[in-house]
Amino acid sequence: MIEFDHVHKAFGNHVVIEDLSLRVEDGEFFVLVGPSGSGKSTLLRTVNRLTHIDRGQVRVHGKDVATQPIEALRRGIGYAIQSVGLFPHRTVAENIAAVPHLLRWPQKQIDERVAELMALLKLDEPGMADRYPDTLSGGQAQRVGVARALAARPKIVLMDEPFGALDPLTRESLQASVKAIQKETGTTILFVTHDMDEAFRLGDRVALMLDGRLAQVGTPLELIRSPADERVNEFVGGTRAYLRELAVRCVRDSMRRDESADGDAIAPGATLQEALGLMLEKRRDRLAVAGGGAILLADIVARPR
Amino acid sequence: MKTWLPPLILLALLVALPHAGPLFHAWLPDLSHPLYWRTSFTELALSHALLVATATVVAVVVGLSLGILATRPAGRSLLPTVRAVAVIGQTFPPVAVLAIAVPLLGFGAAPTLLALSLYGVLPVLGQTVAGLDQVPVSALHAADGMGYGRWRRLWEVELPLAAGPIMAGVRLSAIVSVGTATIGSAVGAATLGAPIVEGLVGNNTAYVVQGALLVGALALTVDGLLGFVENRIRRPPA
Amino acid sequence: MTAMAQPSRASALLHERGRLPVVVLGAVGLFASLAMAFLHVAPNRLLSGHPASPHIALLAAAWLVTVAAGFWRGGALFALLLTLGLPFLAGHDAARLLQHAPPTTRIQLGAGFWTLWLAAALLLLDRLRHLRIAWRVAAWLFIVAACVAGAMAGAFSDLGLVREWQAQRGAFTDALATHVTLSLVTLGIALAAGAPLGYLAWRKRRAGGAVLGVLAFLQTVPSLALFALLIGPFAWLARAWPALGALGFGGTGAAPAVFALVLYALLPVVRYTVAGLDAVPADAREAARGLGMTRGQVLLGIQLPLGWPVLLAGLRIVAVQTIGLAAVAALIGAGGMGRFVFLGIGQGATDMVLLGTLAIIVLALAADLLFQGLMAFTGRRA
Repeated sequence: MIEFDHVHKAFGNHVVIEDLSLRVEDGEFFVLVGPSGSGKSTLLRTVNRLTHIDRGQVRVHGKDVATQPIEALRRGIGYAIQSVGLFPHRTVAENIAAVPHLLRWPQKQIDERVAELMALLKLDEPGMADRYPDTLSGGQAQRVGVARALAARPKIVLMDEPFGALDPLTRESLQASVKAIQKETGTTILFVTHDMDEAFRLGDRVALMLDGRLAQVGTPLELIRSPADERVNEFVGGTRAYLRELAVRCVRDSMRRDESADGDAIAPGATLQEALGLMLEKRRDRLAVAGGGAILLADIVARPR
Repeated sequence: MKTWLPPLILLALLVALPHAGPLFHAWLPDLSHPLYWRTSFTELALSHALLVATATVVAVVVGLSLGILATRPAGRSLLPTVRAVAVIGQTFPPVAVLAIAVPLLGFGAAPTLLALSLYGVLPVLGQTVAGLDQVPVSALHAADGMGYGRWRRLWEVELPLAAGPIMAGVRLSAIVSVGTATIGSAVGAATLGAPIVEGLVGNNTAYVVQGALLVGALALTVDGLLGFVENRIRRPPA
Repeated sequence: MTAMAQPSRASALLHERGRLPVVVLGAVGLFASLAMAFLHVAPNRLLSGHPASPHIALLAAAWLVTVAAGFWRGGALFALLLTLGLPFLAGHDAARLLQHAPPTTRIQLGAGFWTLWLAAALLLLDRLRHLRIAWRVAAWLFIVAACVAGAMAGAFSDLGLVREWQAQRGAFTDALATHVTLSLVTLGIALAAGAPLGYLAWRKRRAGGAVLGVLAFLQTVPSLALFALLIGPFAWLARAWPALGALGFGGTGAAPAVFALVLYALLPVVRYTVAGLDAVPADAREAARGLGMTRGQVLLGIQLPLGWPVLLAGLRIVAVQTIGLAAVAALIGAGGMGRFVFLGIGQGATDMVLLGTLAIIVLALAADLLFQGLMAFTGRRA
């Protein structure tokens, strides 16, 4: 659990974080979203003390981060950044093993964990472990970066726009991987991005930061349906927000169980976005749902129940 | 091949030259002393190599330490001054440093060693600073975030990544030292420059050629060996 | 309210506003004032003398004041005063010390003076860093102008160094002229030969690589060895073609020196010519050719203006290197300031050695600054 208690930070005269209080629960995938310069990366870095705050307190698992020995704190928190920052003089395996090595894990344990993570992050090309970072593609490098952040099984992982520099396909693949890993391990993830779609796709809860303050905190649907003010509404996207909403809502919540349709069926767990996509492809206004029932175009457009 | 040829040539010369008297006599029959006899070539070569080695070790210790200190957050404000010293110092000809050392320490090996050490610090210092500067910032940031302590980060991340440029500086320092030590024989140091200087003074071309061949072979040996080390450092063993 | 783990009060104090250089240089200055000899009083130009530090308290106090000023408001002015004042102080002290001394007495600048002066100059350099470039140039020009004016007014004329210069003025000027001539001729030939060579190396990469390899190989050969080795061939040439002898192509002397100096200068010239030609990326050149420009037009119209600053940077290195190496050439009879230096070493006349060495250093620094100025000038125009 991460708590921000009236945190204030200024660089010279420029206030970057203004009297911010927030609580991130254990096991949450929490996304900090906002435009560049809103202070979200700075806020992230106050958790592992890469940035010092001027006023207030940041607490991890109930303890003030300022009171803990700094290296022990950081070794217990995973950290992944956009530029990845792999060590160019170490192999992929050695990079992933960095923190376990610092924590003096037995070598056998390190080797097992590295293999486990490489499989998990789909780095299973033969010979990958002994390759050097300069031979990796952007996507592979970032996968190594994420693996490295997870290596020591931290309870908290900080991610600062890790997928910003990747092409859309790689980005989607990595988002899915990270989301799945988070669900399985129950790690608390504090994720920073400026991409609203990414925020809504990944976050259990989302906080919109504007000009150093929290404009709104809530689930993605809450932000879309009940924006706190005009600025939030503008940021969340106005009309686009409703299209975004389709990525969050599932077929099973909008379908009709008493109807049927023919043709290929769609899974009940699929998003309305996928359903709409399929309808457009087949030039139909109704789809069968696997396991019984159907979903109609009218259901997608209808106000959610 | 390029690395091992000069040392072989040097060894061959050291072995063959003492017996090459008749050859030089045939070439320059007017000379009364066709072969340098004052000190053995091997002794001169060893003394030369020792001077260079000592000076280079001192240069590395001082230059590396100063370079590291100047790039730490604590020493950052000193960095421009350190850079200025390195740049201005390298504008000084090595001969000048040698000349200044003589009034201080007299003749012989002492002023030569002082001049070599002082002057040798500069390339190592300059390259240490440049090398540490070019370490990718994202790697350093990631290391900080992962919980590497400052000294650990220096030892495991910064220095390995700066090792290539630093080694280039060490190599340059050593080569300049070989050249300056040669001139040092003009102020009394026992180096391979002695036959050259004596040959110049006494108009003895044979001496000059003998000294020049040996010192050239020594210079190429030093350059080749250090170049080999530099290349090994720059390319991580696959 | 929490106090985050800030660096300790002491180190915060040191690092605020870059005080560390002030403290370090101040400590050096203080040590030099107290423990090192400011001047030496020698009975004549050949013997070494006993140390004399007439103003220990004054200098130590001056340094303390400067450090304090550096802590509070900058201290640039104090550093300027120190840098300017030290030579004048030395000159004044020399005049005083000579008043009751025999006429052959020489006052030599001690290690203390040089350390103090170097520390003051470095401190001034540091303190000026925060000012605009116009102020910086003005400050240094002021110092130089004041020293020149002082020299003409005779403020330094009792220093052993100046006495030596006055005694050897003719020889000094000759040596200086020779040194400058050697350097300029070398630069000219190296440019004339090296630039076309560089162009060829750039056009034919593989052969170019070989050329650069040979030149780099030459660079590692110690200068004295190369100079000395060339005497024989040049002497032979002069014997074989007496006409060359008339031109001044002796065995020793300027000819082999310039030849060797040019060989050493070729590597930087070729390397930087190639770099300069590379300064325009291949696709820009291709676009220009596509527009209908000939190779020559591309070279003169696009590559030259853009690559010229790179070549200038290389020439800067060549100039400094050549001035330094030309000093060694004195050992093979080429003349120049090196002759002064080695003659002085041979005689044991410290003042002569120092005079020659300072002249070489000033020449090298002047060449460096000149090229920096040229680079700034062309940079702005480009």
